[in-house]
Amino acid sequence: MGAPVATPPATPPPSGAPPQPGKAAVEGSATWRLTDRIGLAICWALGLLFCAIAVAIAVYLFLQGIKYLRPSMLVTPASAGFTQGESGGFSDALFGTMIVATMGIAIALPIGIGIAVWLVEYGRPAGLARITESTIEAIAGIPSIVLALFGTVIFSSTALGFLSRSSDGIVFGRSFFAASTMLSLVALPLVVASTREGLNSIPRHVREASYAVGKTKAATTRRILIPASRPQIATGAMLGLGRIIGDTAIIVVLLGATQNFAPVEGAAFPFNYLRGAGTTLTNFVYEASPTGNLNQPQKAYAAAFVLLLMVLALNAAVDVVHRRARKVGAWSS
Amino acid sequence: MEESYPEEYGPRWSDRRVERMLGALVCAVVALLLAMIVIVFVKAWPSFAHNGLAWFGAGGNVDDQLNAIFLSGQAGAEYVYTFHAWPLIWSTLLITGGAVAIALFSALFVAVFIVEFAPEWMSNILQPVVRFLASVPSVIYGLLGVLVLVPFIGNHLVSEPQKASVAGVISLSGYSLLAAITVLTVMIAPLMVSIFSDGLRAVRPGWLEGSLALGVNRWRTTWKIAIRTARPAIVAGTVLAVARAIGEAVMLAMISGSVGFAPNPADGAIFIFEPSRPLAPTIVKNIDQLSSPPANATLFAIAAVLLFSAALLSLTGWAARRAMRKYGATA
Repeated sequence: MGAPVATPPATPPPSGAPPQPGKAAVEGSATWRLTDRIGLAICWALGLLFCAIAVAIAVYLFLQGIKYLRPSMLVTPASAGFTQGESGGFSDALFGTMIVATMGIAIALPIGIGIAVWLVEYGRPAGLARITESTIEAIAGIPSIVLALFGTVIFSSTALGFLSRSSDGIVFGRSFFAASTMLSLVALPLVVASTREGLNSIPRHVREASYAVGKTKAATTRRILIPASRPQIATGAMLGLGRIIGDTAIIVVLLGATQNFAPVEGAAFPFNYLRGAGTTLTNFVYEASPTGNLNQPQKAYAAAFVLLLMVLALNAAVDVVHRRARKVGAWSS
Repeated sequence: MEESYPEEYGPRWSDRRVERMLGALVCAVVALLLAMIVIVFVKAWPSFAHNGLAWFGAGGNVDDQLNAIFLSGQAGAEYVYTFHAWPLIWSTLLITGGAVAIALFSALFVAVFIVEFAPEWMSNILQPVVRFLASVPSVIYGLLGVLVLVPFIGNHLVSEPQKASVAGVISLSGYSLLAAITVLTVMIAPLMVSIFSDGLRAVRPGWLEGSLALGVNRWRTTWKIAIRTARPAIVAGTVLAVARAIGEAVMLAMISGSVGFAPNPADGAIFIFEPSRPLAPTIVKNIDQLSSPPANATLFAIAAVLLFSAALLSLTGWAARRAMRKYGATA
């Protein structure tokens, strides 16, 4: 059993390639006991099942998307109508997704980087550092529907009435500001985690070299460490964006049950929209599904297809950043 | 920018000042979390106070109770808080438990496959597949569930006699435990796979080589050495997946059936075709009722239960990983 096995594995790795370091020497399953071989068969079956599910989802949505998506849907807002042909498109939802994504990540990114820098570079007192780590972990584990409910409390308070529609002292509490702020909490743990990873991967001597030429810790962080961990920060930001774009519960609760922008009267241009209620693609899909209020499955498919394309684009961007970061190479220590 | 800044104040971005600013930021985020926990529980208190432990018990129709609570919030009426959430809790337990059990089993095998046994081309396919499945928004899973899986279950898997046998109690239309568990499994299994395979990759090669050198085959080595060493990662992934499953609101609101009904295993095999509604979707479905004070308290009570489960979960995970640290693995 220990001797080199004569039988080649079912699918040999490309010949000529040297064995990967860290990988066990290739040993066929022919000598294994039956139970072990059944286990390997389960592995193959489940792996193929995963592929099949992914392909089925992608292909099905792609076909439905091609079938029902019209370019005009991307530029016409939703409107009332009796048939799916009369009720317009979902341009407001598309813009809403972009607004929410931009604002959410604009809040999460600086806060997340700040927390990560504090944790890695400062981290004193140690007790506070431990509490902070647990806090970030806890925020990652909180269901977004709970965040949404908490958001209704914050943003319905009279003190924050200027962030949403308010009349006679009653604050509506639903606005792009409210939704983006709570959504930034969804992205925050991802940004913190990958920024920390980036900072931790920078070897100590880089910092020491900077201190040696008289730079302060703060200047080192700003000029050396953060630029050096840019790929990881970008990865974290894009993972966070993906979560923000895909979140529905917070949107349903904090942005409103409308399918159009509902700007607040009497406010200056960007703020009248940002203070008003609106919608995003996730909310549109939710409402347009047969269980929602609109029940327009064709439009739901079209919007879901657009949403999926955005998520896939983000995934591809993460890949590109990863590959480029690997090409530039790790620090030599 | 330094010119207009008085020199005697010292450098503008002095270390001490930056440290204080970042420290304040960190404290603010910690305070925000604490404030959230406190506010959710304070808001939830009336509901818990009126029901006591019966909040978690069974009794009456949950949907009728929710409706009565909402209506009692109208002007002039006396607030009603009576609420027995057992059907919702039971549904959460069934759906989460079922999905996590299936996902744990399949994610372990797939992670082992990706890291150890898959030929290179296969793992090159599987890794993007897993990432794709993990990044599909839940509402898309919900949409596919509603438009594809639910009709399929309703038309092909549930027979007419089965529907007729429970017609007086509940209608079996395909919105079911089965649909919810299936879709939820597909949602959380990729999360587990990616964390598990990170853990498996971090196992020290020397330990595996030692086992192989003793003549243990690769399969046994993986399961006896790699999986055991990676246990902290397995716990972490499972905890994350359970948290995601408990908190999943929108997808389950779409396909669980949205009926406050407790599926009864005593009904036999058709119980997996029975509709229900877990805790988190209940909040989404009744979100319009926030303006009614008693309904508001009830919804926050549900949120408090979710928050408490999430906290308990991460505590369990932390304790489990701590206990396993002696195995020398990293998580």
